[in-house]
Amino acid sequence: MTHHSPHIPDVEGDRLEVLYEDKKPPYEDAEAIAEANRCLYCVDAPCIKACPTAIDIPTFIRKIGTGNVKGAARTILSQNLLGKSCGQVCPVEVLCAGACVYNDWHRDPIKIGRLQRYAVEKALAEDPQIFKPKAPTGKRIALVGAGPASIAAAGWLALEGHEAAIYEKKLLPGGLNTLGIAPYKMKVEDALQEITWVLSLGNVELFQGVEIVPVSGSPEEVSASALLRQYDAVFLGLGLGPDSRLKIPGEDGGGVVGATHLIERLKADPTLRFKGVDRVIVVGGGNTAVDVAHELALLGIDATMLYRGGEEDLSAYEHELASGRVDGMKVLCERSPVAVLRDNMGKVTGMRVIRTEDKKPVAGTEEDLRADLVVVAVGQSRMTEVARSFPGVELDMRGRVIVDPKTYRTGNPKVWSAGDCVNGGKEVVNAVGEAKIAVTSMHAYLMGVGA
Amino acid sequence: MADLSIDFAGIKSPNPFWLASAPPTNTGDQVMRAFDAGWGGAVWKTLGNPIVNVSSRFGGIDYGNTRMMGLNNIELITDRPLEVNLREIREVKRRYPNHAVITSLMVETKEEWKEIIQRAEEAGSDGHELNFGCPHGMCERGMGSAVSSEPKVLREIARWAVEFATKPVIVKLSPNVTDIVEPGEAVLESGAHGISLINTIKSIMAIDLDRMVPLPRVGNASTNGGYCGPAVKPVALHMVGELTRHPYVAKLPISGIGGISNWRDAAEFIALGCTSVQVCTAVMHYGYRIVEDMIEGLNDFLDSKGMKSILDLRGRAAPQYKNWGELDLGYRVVADISTDKCIGCQLCYVACMDGAHQCIHLPGRTEEQARKAGHTHIPKLIPDRAVTARGGAPGARVPFVDDDECIGCNLCQLVCPVSGCITMKEVPSGKPNESWNDRVQRGADFVPGGLHVTEVERAKR
Repeated sequence: MTHHSPHIPDVEGDRLEVLYEDKKPPYEDAEAIAEANRCLYCVDAPCIKACPTAIDIPTFIRKIGTGNVKGAARTILSQNLLGKSCGQVCPVEVLCAGACVYNDWHRDPIKIGRLQRYAVEKALAEDPQIFKPKAPTGKRIALVGAGPASIAAAGWLALEGHEAAIYEKKLLPGGLNTLGIAPYKMKVEDALQEITWVLSLGNVELFQGVEIVPVSGSPEEVSASALLRQYDAVFLGLGLGPDSRLKIPGEDGGGVVGATHLIERLKADPTLRFKGVDRVIVVGGGNTAVDVAHELALLGIDATMLYRGGEEDLSAYEHELASGRVDGMKVLCERSPVAVLRDNMGKVTGMRVIRTEDKKPVAGTEEDLRADLVVVAVGQSRMTEVARSFPGVELDMRGRVIVDPKTYRTGNPKVWSAGDCVNGGKEVVNAVGEAKIAVTSMHAYLMGVGA
Repeated sequence: MADLSIDFAGIKSPNPFWLASAPPTNTGDQVMRAFDAGWGGAVWKTLGNPIVNVSSRFGGIDYGNTRMMGLNNIELITDRPLEVNLREIREVKRRYPNHAVITSLMVETKEEWKEIIQRAEEAGSDGHELNFGCPHGMCERGMGSAVSSEPKVLREIARWAVEFATKPVIVKLSPNVTDIVEPGEAVLESGAHGISLINTIKSIMAIDLDRMVPLPRVGNASTNGGYCGPAVKPVALHMVGELTRHPYVAKLPISGIGGISNWRDAAEFIALGCTSVQVCTAVMHYGYRIVEDMIEGLNDFLDSKGMKSILDLRGRAAPQYKNWGELDLGYRVVADISTDKCIGCQLCYVACMDGAHQCIHLPGRTEEQARKAGHTHIPKLIPDRAVTARGGAPGARVPFVDDDECIGCNLCQLVCPVSGCITMKEVPSGKPNESWNDRVQRGADFVPGGLHVTEVERAKR
């Protein structure tokens, strides 16, 4: 059996994200043991039910308490191969830790995310050989996109003895994990290190800079029909497409950027600097809008979230809003953008906004706000063209890939799909959880069970 | 993956983790659920003439945030009919032929011993554990710990059991004796095939200060119970150690019991010479599920030490258990406080001042201030240090150790809440490598100025 070690390019050092401090730094041994021993080791624990990957949280925490850190990592990773990054980036406040029984008792919930990160980081640093792949099956699976869903799926498939080949359009694998996570939660190097480990679990190939298209026209393109022909099964982990636009006058041109595009540059582009940018308006009320505004505020920039609904309508997590506000981010509700204002040289000078009631503009209430940069965080488009190029794969009205919720299999019996392109955009841990279901179903099909 | 399977006097078990005879092994359903969870064996809740149990029957002792660091009970042997127990034992063995099922037994007369042993064997028991340990209730009837504390009686009853049994006989000893070696030797002399220890320790858990009744309370009164749980582990380790370093008793396989809650505790008992370990309180607290961590943790531990099986670990620490008189008087350690890790709580300082040797100082004091605080020895250099650890408040003082005065007692390290902050570093003592026994032999077993002097010294005068 040949083992490929996919080459993952290094990221250059002098990027803006390196300026950020870790908001939840790794635990030292003593801290982890003290926190672990606080856990009650509940039975039928609410934290497990709140985890989209159903990690046996009380068990892994008890193992940390007994000094069985390798076993703790095994418990985590057998349910969630991206257990390390999920420990760092999961919104534990609304998932596992939010469900901890201590909350009802008015005590601090167990710091499950930090314990999880501790266990996986420490165990893998001491011995990355936690799992051994099964004997080769000779089955080959293509995975489209290298985001968390595909990475996790490739890892599990490799452990089952299958060959996995990941096709990624970008030059860095990892999708949201690598290029979209707020830098005070996780840095690019951390994400790539985890991906490197997952890809080393078995026979996994990674093709970077390759796009899947309906009809191939260049060496950097592979057609969907070629994948279906060459592989025993296909996994679509497409993620989401480019940032949506506001569709208002003045939007075209420099000084207006999409939110995920900006975060990606902040994390990975060493040439990005905010010279002459003192005020930024971030349009949107979701978690991406908070991330951008929070990140800019930490760089000392006056950043304001602009949202057309009321405070109570904000879809962003409360704990993220609170933590962003502590770091200086502002939130301006009940305003809707009308136009991007520019001077005669075309440079952005501000934004005309209008007051809203019940998210509807109130005539005659326009005002002009100053800004040097406008960031648009109102959603992302879907990669419908790629999905549609696989015969039988269907999309819903909102461009999401339709799957059987029990198996994550699409209308094409050889194609499975999971992650943002299916759920419309959720957490990393949701993508991993869905990928696990898809792999279980795909593995049964490949081995001729329940096909 | 290391080999965790064991052979205990002929009783085979897929791993060394057995459930001790207690409520978790009360019924066949329980034992089968335990085997499904991973337990390698179970010592069935003691069989005998069924009794009537009282209510309530457990008492717990908490310490700080830890619930049930100790547990005691006044529960007696099984209160279920013998027929029912035997039927269930047969069923368990039929379904789990490779797991160890050992019957704990406690009866009075020779005829009763003969009958119960034969019936247990007919049911498929892999071996018998003679319960000579229970320190409450049954001992008043001349059984349980009453037997353990009378070596002659113990030897005689164990001989009956060996005579009647075709399967291995294990004798379970009580810790409620002055010297565990005496009953240990009696077991050896009886011809029994193995020893298990410890049973529970006589205890009164607490007093209900409103009702003025000891706990656990039965109506308006209580009685002494058997103490177990994490708190008794050191007592159990010592008693196991006494037997595993005995030149003859140590030849018998020993099943360690007492406060074993996780893989590390188990590894310690095995390192001291045990072949199997028995667990009860931890299962009563958290359920059978804890065995997954015990198996995994022990396995990974053996792998990490390059050990292939339980046999490689068994008894590795036993030779290092010695008498005080054999310890090296020339060995010296002194405390070292890490300025990076110190959080400035100064618990080490106060513990050393009032509880030890007054050799930990606070920086920045004048000699006069130090003397006023109670120091009789002032170090030459008193540095002025502030905490640099990330947990410390700005400017908090890191205590420092007067190396010349430190006697290396360990107390500061034990009270320090930050693991790894205080370490004991080895330093040359300038003294020869010599034990008290060596000094006795050399005639130098005295301390100048002491009450007694040796013959040699007397002769000089």
